[in-house]
Amino acid sequence: MGRKVLLVTTDQQRYDTLGCNGGALARTPVVDALASAGIRYERAHPQSVVCMPSRSTIVTGQYPSTHGVWMNGVPLPADAPSVAAVLQRAGYKTALVGKAHFEPFLDPFARFPENSLAGSGRETILEPWADGTIGPHRGFEHLEFATHGAAGPLHYARWLVEHHPEAVGMYYAPLDGSLEVNSASGGDTDAPQVKHNPIPRDWYHTDWVADRTIAWLDSLDTDADWFCWMSFPDPHHPWDPPASEMHRIDWRDVPLPAAYPESAADRERILDAKPRHWRQWYDGTLVSNYEAPKDWVPATLTADQVREVNARNAIECELIDEALGRVLGHVAARGWDADTDVVFTTDHGELQGDLGLLFKGPYHVDGLMRLPLIWRPAPSANVTPAVVTAPVGLVDLAPTFCAIAGVDAPAWMQGSALPADDADADSRGFERVLTEWDSELFGVGVHLRTITRDGWVCTTYAPGTVHDGTEGELYRLDDDPHQFENRWDHPSLRTLRDDLLADLRAHQPAPRSPQLAVEAPV
Amino acid sequence: MSGASVRKEIRIHRRAAEVWDRIADPGVIQDWFPGIVSSTVDGTTRVITLGSGIAMPEEIITQDPVLRRFQYRITVGVFRNHLGTIDVIDLHDETCLVVYSTDADPRTMALVIGAATAEALVELRDQMESTVDLPTQVKGS
Repeated sequence: MGRKVLLVTTDQQRYDTLGCNGGALARTPVVDALASAGIRYERAHPQSVVCMPSRSTIVTGQYPSTHGVWMNGVPLPADAPSVAAVLQRAGYKTALVGKAHFEPFLDPFARFPENSLAGSGRETILEPWADGTIGPHRGFEHLEFATHGAAGPLHYARWLVEHHPEAVGMYYAPLDGSLEVNSASGGDTDAPQVKHNPIPRDWYHTDWVADRTIAWLDSLDTDADWFCWMSFPDPHHPWDPPASEMHRIDWRDVPLPAAYPESAADRERILDAKPRHWRQWYDGTLVSNYEAPKDWVPATLTADQVREVNARNAIECELIDEALGRVLGHVAARGWDADTDVVFTTDHGELQGDLGLLFKGPYHVDGLMRLPLIWRPAPSANVTPAVVTAPVGLVDLAPTFCAIAGVDAPAWMQGSALPADDADADSRGFERVLTEWDSELFGVGVHLRTITRDGWVCTTYAPGTVHDGTEGELYRLDDDPHQFENRWDHPSLRTLRDDLLADLRAHQPAPRSPQLAVEAPV
Repeated sequence: MSGASVRKEIRIHRRAAEVWDRIADPGVIQDWFPGIVSSTVDGTTRVITLGSGIAMPEEIITQDPVLRRFQYRITVGVFRNHLGTIDVIDLHDETCLVVYSTDADPRTMALVIGAATAEALVELRDQMESTVDLPTQVKGS
């Protein structure tokens, strides 16, 4: 028997939502305990701040430029490299339960397996792998999908329709009648993507994901090695946790985020020092990407709405923590705990009120880029608990899983197995982490490349709809933790900026050619 | 603007007349358009059923064998507007260019349908180009 791997991802969760990372709102004792017993990463970044590219990075171990999912709506090819396939070939049982999103959701023609598997009643399908051999879909022998709410053809939605049809309409509808991200508001403060949801907790997707994970684990022999990706759709908006749980946090008691200046003048002054799409979005004159509601204007966001969104988000984080606790209890009951590695992370962050903004987009700041990442190595591996401050990326997860399983990381993986501590990081060259953004949708194109190194975050813009290619952002993380002061044009920092940009260019990943087509907005 | 326009095209190494014959028959679209599983035609009304199970009624607007243009409009509720246009353009070298345009409101559906039409054009080309060339006298019989 080898080491088992439980990869736990959430969707759109900020670094500061965990107690172990200094968060004071949500109680997350299960993840905090994993951090205490394992390795907590303080500077983990995604390689894209939206779902499909980032999730594709997790499964392929490649940058978006290389795996080709350069924006939401671009499907990851079925024959893309997959760490699950590597592990499956090495004898691991493999499963993904919850939100996958390697393929577009908006798919009326049912062209993509993620949208047709639930209806077909099959656990996976056989498709070509990167090396041309045939195997389970992306290397996963068992697939059960869920996403936000009860819409669509995925397993959770079908389960809810079959067993609790009265609950289907309780959720907030993520898309509106025009199939745009919904701007409808609700809750006590009339905040966007907020709704009172009377669904019983047992029927909510967080508990369903945990239940189905446990069911799959139950199907395995005790001596099996397994790789299970348990993927919670929360705390991504809509913020509609079960009403029964709303008592946990009264939004009226929630402090405003440190990155939310209460004065509109202060917010606008900070935004005006950034490339122009920041302020244009804030004012409602440009919604550059699909991931934020087209009809919502951030300048209308009130302090109370920020409080309510943060309260609801924290409640969703608590439910995830408790669901994870149930699964870990089950792992222990099966006698697997000593040999099970647990990795907890997310695909990207959420602005969640920073600078008066919600949701996500082409904004490479900590709200979206600094991620929770915890690796609790299997206790049998006797790894010393540590905190890693060196920059790491989600691109490093796939080679980490290979290392855990004792198989060589394939050459197509572009990251390195996560460091066990800062000394390990230093010796293996964890100096920088890169993040990309490309989007071209409905006549608006935006292109960013970012390097985080030596306590600085440097972003350069390629020419696009509202950028001429000269714009950029430069932030110092230690004295400007919320990235309020853009020092891109600071004369005394020109040499540093040029050095960072040269390093960024020198480490650009190989681009996939030809570029893959956008098949849907999401 | 709440609508959008998407255009896809492909060159097919078959005569325009052959390709047009395939496209002009509204009842066989499921044979070359992946994601459409069936269709029924009644006069100028066609109802297609998608892979997701959604049935979409369409009105056939143009079926012009001279211009080699086929146009239809999806009339189901979510669409405030839709126009699908397939043009078969003779390149006069025993090949043709097929252009499939989708104008739709909401704009998201233009993107989704447009992407599916790209796949359909590839399938159409593959089918047309894989058919065995028949002797001229047989083609005309």
